[in-house]
Amino acid sequence: MSMVQNFPFFSIILAMFSGIASSVLDGKRAKHLSLCVIAVTTGMSAAVLRFCMKTGESYTYMMGHFPAPWGNEIRAGALEGLTATLFGLVMFFSVVGGMEHTAADVEGSKQNLFYIMIDLMLSSLLALIYTNDLFTAYVFVEINTIAGCGLIMIRQKGRSLSAAIRYMIMSQLGSGLFLIGLSLLYDVTGHLLMTPAKEAVAVIEAAGLYAVPMLVIMAVVSVGLAIKSGLYPFHYWIPDTYGYATPTASAILSGLVSKGYIFLLIKIFYRVLGRENVIASEIVNVLFVFGLAGMLMGSVHAILEKDTRRMIAYSSVAQIGYIYTGIGLGTQAGMVAAVFHMFTHSATKALLFISAVGLYEVSGDRKDFRSLRGAGYRNPLAGIGFTVGSLSMVGFPMLSGFISKLLFATSALQSPHKMLPTVIALAISTILNAVYFLRLVITLYSIPETSRGQAASPGKSNWKLQLSVVCFILLNLTLGLYSQPIVEWIGSGLAMFD
Amino acid sequence: MDTPLFVNMEETVSIILFGIGFTMLMLHRNLIKKILGMNIMDTAVYLFLAVKGYINGRMVPIVTNQIQDASAYINPVPSGLVLTGIVVSVSTTALMLALTIRLYERYGSLDLDEILMRAKEEERT
Repeated sequence: MSMVQNFPFFSIILAMFSGIASSVLDGKRAKHLSLCVIAVTTGMSAAVLRFCMKTGESYTYMMGHFPAPWGNEIRAGALEGLTATLFGLVMFFSVVGGMEHTAADVEGSKQNLFYIMIDLMLSSLLALIYTNDLFTAYVFVEINTIAGCGLIMIRQKGRSLSAAIRYMIMSQLGSGLFLIGLSLLYDVTGHLLMTPAKEAVAVIEAAGLYAVPMLVIMAVVSVGLAIKSGLYPFHYWIPDTYGYATPTASAILSGLVSKGYIFLLIKIFYRVLGRENVIASEIVNVLFVFGLAGMLMGSVHAILEKDTRRMIAYSSVAQIGYIYTGIGLGTQAGMVAAVFHMFTHSATKALLFISAVGLYEVSGDRKDFRSLRGAGYRNPLAGIGFTVGSLSMVGFPMLSGFISKLLFATSALQSPHKMLPTVIALAISTILNAVYFLRLVITLYSIPETSRGQAASPGKSNWKLQLSVVCFILLNLTLGLYSQPIVEWIGSGLAMFD
Repeated sequence: MDTPLFVNMEETVSIILFGIGFTMLMLHRNLIKKILGMNIMDTAVYLFLAVKGYINGRMVPIVTNQIQDASAYINPVPSGLVLTGIVVSVSTTALMLALTIRLYERYGSLDLDEILMRAKEEERT
């Protein structure tokens, strides 16, 4: 066994223990530890990706040397490695970019608590990506929820407390459904490990048994994870949550947390329930319809919103809609598009949140977008970052958003019944995206009316934020320009799922 | 009395309880009752798991009197899952109660609608 095969387990446990160690460290040390751990785990995930691409197959990793039907397992393949690497990068730059604001938003004595939450969040995201066991997935879903709630409520200003309780309630509804789904699945198959559970599901389906319970399981698991990732009709907690948390937390929650649940859902579809069964059960069609609704309604809400960060949050609702539309197409190409859009959205949304904060800094911390008039001149780099992020969301060529839109459109062509609605919704949603994002970009670069007495402080140079904006722009360009190999990796990673 | 709903009475009860808890968590306005609902929902799942793991006439899965034969004991996995689940639900309950205390101190109410309204008003001023 090669050393690299241990890395998924090492990265999960390293992140978890650093969280525990941070509880006795002061804020500064906890911050450094957290950054180190994120960097190290990202490197490890990249090594796992490289290893899996070289050997061309995935592997399972036994925990505690108990063989398959009893023990707990970790599984790593190309897609897991790629997702973990990208999540690690986004998390690192989000933490770096929002560092100054974290220091200002969080009380001095509680600084280390924030980084404990970051460590636990990283650990739970990695575990959700790597785990091969359903109950482990449930436990880490809950750890993720608790860490997410901590990240929201640690900023004690504004509406963050009421946002946290809303987030918690919706998350608990989702995890309750997910848990009962798992219990039913365990009841029907007798397994919690994904590999034997899939075999059992295949036997049950072939014998034509338990048709109704299997349908209920699929529905309950999908709806549970859809609630947690904020699919359209369950989205109402999103704007408050992303709008009032500290910038790092907003970037991580919108960019990574919801994607973790979607990744888990895709993994369960492929590795437990069987993709053919899920398609046959028409659950995907339900996800498809709500995905389309989310694409349109999220953008409409965003247009009506005055507060910039809430506007970006509503845009997340639309993007989650895109991802579920891709899953709902039910084809391999649709799934690739969904996974690619997951990456696009995490890189772009984190860029938007971080650069939006850079723009508030120079606009007297006012949030309505009119006060951002001319902010693009006062903080040029954040302005460029925001423009790049907006163009990527709208689907400008060279940027990652363009590639995901292209993938969605081409994959829609392969499924005759869903082609027309997808393409129409894609077109309308692109126009709506352009309306609110370009309105903001134009505001950023319009000359401020001096008579209004703008608080045009030329801003202290916050190099960490600038650095993270540059890195996010590069990440976006990489996803856009080198999309071909990434799409191939996603394809081979999904092939390893079967 | 032979309908499946009566034969599997424990499962039926646990699913009904799950529904009650879920609805309470989703629709009740009072935060404490929401948390109660959450606990009912989680406990219903544990009841379901425990019932599914129990086999009539067998022992607790702890080796006693040197009996090594697995067929003498009930299925230990659901019991383990229930224990893990209890730990998880205790921590989420604690977190939600702590949040509720914070919200009550700040807005002087346990009614979620009222809290949200006051939070909006506070932001406007």
